[in-house]
Amino acid sequence: MATVAPGRASTEPRYRQLGLSDYEYELILERLGREPSPVELAMFSLMWSEHCAYKHSRRLLRRLPNTGPHVLLGPGENAGAVDVGSGMAIAFKVESHNHPSAVEPFQGAATGVGGILRDVFAVGARPIAVLDSLRFGEPGQSERSRYLLERAVAGIGHYGNSIGVPTVGGEIYFESSYEQNCLINAMCLGLAPHSRLIRSAAAGPGNVLVLLGALTGRDGIGGASVLASAELGEGDAEKRPSVQIGDPFTEKKLLECCLELLDGELLVSLQDLGAAGLTSASAEMASKGRVGLDIEISNVPLREPGMAPFEIMISESQERMLCVVEPERVGAVLAVCERWETLATPIGQVTSGDHLRVLNHGRPVADLPVHVLVDDCPLYDLEPVEPENGIYPASAPVLHGGEPETQVLLTLMRSPNISSRRHVFEQYDPVVQSRTVRRPEQADAAVLQLGDGSAIAVSIDGNGRRVACDPRRGAAEAVYECAANLACVGAEPLGLTNCLNFGNPEKPHVAWQLTEAVEGLAEACEALGVPVVGGNVSLYNEAPTGPILPTPVVGIVGKLPDAETAGRLGFARAGDAIALVGPYDPAYAGSELAKLRGAHVGGELPAVDLQALRAAHAAVREGVRAGRLVSAHDIAEGGLAVALAECCVAGGIGARLTLPGGFDLFGEAPGCGFVVSGPPEALAGFTIIGEVGGEALEIEGRLKLSVSELQAAYECGLPDLLERRC
Amino acid sequence: MKVGVIRFPGSCDDIDAQQAAARVGEAVLLWHRERDLQGVDAVIVPGGFSYGDYLRAGAIARFAPVMESVAEFASDGGLVFGICNGFQVLCEAHLLPGALLANTSLRFVFRQVELEVVRNDNPFTATCEPGERLSIPVKHTTGRFYAPDDQLDALEQRGQVVLRYAPGNNPNGSVRDIAGVCNEARNVFGLMPHPEHAVDALTGSTDGLKLLQSIAAHARQPAAAA
Repeated sequence: MATVAPGRASTEPRYRQLGLSDYEYELILERLGREPSPVELAMFSLMWSEHCAYKHSRRLLRRLPNTGPHVLLGPGENAGAVDVGSGMAIAFKVESHNHPSAVEPFQGAATGVGGILRDVFAVGARPIAVLDSLRFGEPGQSERSRYLLERAVAGIGHYGNSIGVPTVGGEIYFESSYEQNCLINAMCLGLAPHSRLIRSAAAGPGNVLVLLGALTGRDGIGGASVLASAELGEGDAEKRPSVQIGDPFTEKKLLECCLELLDGELLVSLQDLGAAGLTSASAEMASKGRVGLDIEISNVPLREPGMAPFEIMISESQERMLCVVEPERVGAVLAVCERWETLATPIGQVTSGDHLRVLNHGRPVADLPVHVLVDDCPLYDLEPVEPENGIYPASAPVLHGGEPETQVLLTLMRSPNISSRRHVFEQYDPVVQSRTVRRPEQADAAVLQLGDGSAIAVSIDGNGRRVACDPRRGAAEAVYECAANLACVGAEPLGLTNCLNFGNPEKPHVAWQLTEAVEGLAEACEALGVPVVGGNVSLYNEAPTGPILPTPVVGIVGKLPDAETAGRLGFARAGDAIALVGPYDPAYAGSELAKLRGAHVGGELPAVDLQALRAAHAAVREGVRAGRLVSAHDIAEGGLAVALAECCVAGGIGARLTLPGGFDLFGEAPGCGFVVSGPPEALAGFTIIGEVGGEALEIEGRLKLSVSELQAAYECGLPDLLERRC
Repeated sequence: MKVGVIRFPGSCDDIDAQQAAARVGEAVLLWHRERDLQGVDAVIVPGGFSYGDYLRAGAIARFAPVMESVAEFASDGGLVFGICNGFQVLCEAHLLPGALLANTSLRFVFRQVELEVVRNDNPFTATCEPGERLSIPVKHTTGRFYAPDDQLDALEQRGQVVLRYAPGNNPNGSVRDIAGVCNEARNVFGLMPHPEHAVDALTGSTDGLKLLQSIAAHARQPAAAA
């Protein structure tokens, strides 16, 4: 039999081995008035885990605004959804698969993609795009980080490419704090007519519970508690059996099958099986529908013989969904499933009580009030304390100050966090489904046409180094930066999803980071009027050497009325004027240059003039939509000099600029500034700083570099680090 | 013209191919379990990962019931057009020469590549000029065209090499930069690049449309019924 918590002393009580505290176990005894059965204890250990119950973050998350005129589905469903017009909705969500990927990066990342796809088609939306936000240790110094990067990217590609959903964007940062805890966050967007959106609440006593998809095996047993809710440490290799194995072919059939079932209006409700498998899916469906469920576990099709009832209930085998079907439609459901060669098995029914009962050949092995399982998990208040000193070590310096600015720019262009991601994104299919109007490196956000002439844009952002400097401002910056990326293609934000990746929240300094970051996110969302429609929390990203940088990752979906006018980032035409737009007041603290100089992680991030920021975003958005701006690019890591260089490389053309004396070329103020180009008369009202043309980037009196030299630095940076031929 | 696009479980670019073909004619989906080709003038075997491609790319799909009809259709002179996974399926089915091996990088590669039209004396590139360049994306892990040297010489001699990757554009290590080949009778054609993803300037390029227009033009010829 699989051991659920390998590596822990076997003399400990069972509930502790499963990750429950003494207090939590006492509470279970009190609520039940008896000892839980082994199956019930296993179910509690998962439903009351951090991963499922959000027990350290739920109270904080209430701070995030989640209503708005476009919101169709908010937090609590498998994915949030916003209205995009023409009767269509975009469902989207970002989710982490960090701990599994640190243990086995290929399958961990692949099943991360598989899981977020299921979340999206569980609400009735066809997945139309995936983005990934990845964090690793320093590739130049760590073979492990290079291995994790290469395998995680291969895993993401394996799943996304094989299932026919384009991977259209993402971001990668390398910082030593992610050495042991890499972050794999995957975001998926799906498209659905409003009428096909479906909720997960079970309803209708007597209705049949049908399990769809793959066989149930022993994989991922206890993943939610063992992997996702504890720190990583020694003996992680022993946890490999807890990592799920992905099969994109099975999911592809399951996806098509589910959408056909929904188009035929054959389902009452639908829920994916993710963390905590059948336990979580059934409990959530019952809880939301305020009904009970009976599950006959001997009906669950198994991949291997001899599985214990608790294993069947907590298995995290991938590519499975649970649906509720009216009895007279079961035959039709099974026929659609047969056509798609997707296994479909009635395993139970909806009952009128409020008990989740698990039966084994008719004999109850679990009988729990749903609200105890789902709602009674204790929520913990955090005890935040701002650390007096920095808790992150400085990076080894590669620049020492005093270098010519030419050299500084080239070093930044080839640095791990700024250089081209071509090596990565060439391993992903960005065009399948024929919607992709802007691919990676064509624009700051991906753009996907909807078929009615309009388009949506999406970007994902989050710079943990800056959040470590100031969690409140740093988290807000992620929102501004993401919205700025959307402005550059002409899109207006409709909704936001986030993944909060932090260390151990029971430690006061991590609690402080988390509390401050959520406040920063909330303030920024309120300032921009963007509702949070869903998200995910990943805590305990911590190794013996300390926590990860606090890493809130933000994904925003926006709308463009006309796909044809989607913006591009590259300079395009000699003679176009170049302007600097926005309240751009860059600072050195938290910048990429500060990192390369080995500065400590800290210092004051620039304050933001929100009114000016909103005006700048609107000006760029409107300029792009009206076709006045030939290019638009937000100024992010590496500051103005890097942004200009990126515009030159993307367009294959140079630029000449004149800046005020002493202008900070490499300081940063994310989300606040843009480089735009266009005919001089179209840029009236903006601060003109130069002109497109020539074969070099020349900043008068400061630096001059040929575009080919910049391009070589930019494109070879990552391959050189990975020891690949550039 | 009526084009049929086969849909295997695991096909990914089936709808893309249907939409692209619909720009030049009527386009329907053909289910893998059905033998009826619905009277189509041409069959597209689309990209994707038919049956998961777990054994070997295309190795299972060739045994699908619909492929029996496709083989008959091809032997009767019907136009069959395999894209990416479809090319792999047609090679496995011995409707096209050669084989597709793993890319030399051993990785999936997506890239917008330049192709050179080698010949236009076939129904698939008839609207192109020899030497013309086409910008079309590739996306695959198993796209390295291979055949022994003597077979390659024979293929070239018989005019079966239809498309090459332009110099510096070979993304996968294909021998002699071969991107697309046809059978000896010139009615079955396969290529690794995805012309269905190059039919609209908004999403990249329109060069792939020329291949579909060639098929449509051929279908309009009265002699094509032969």
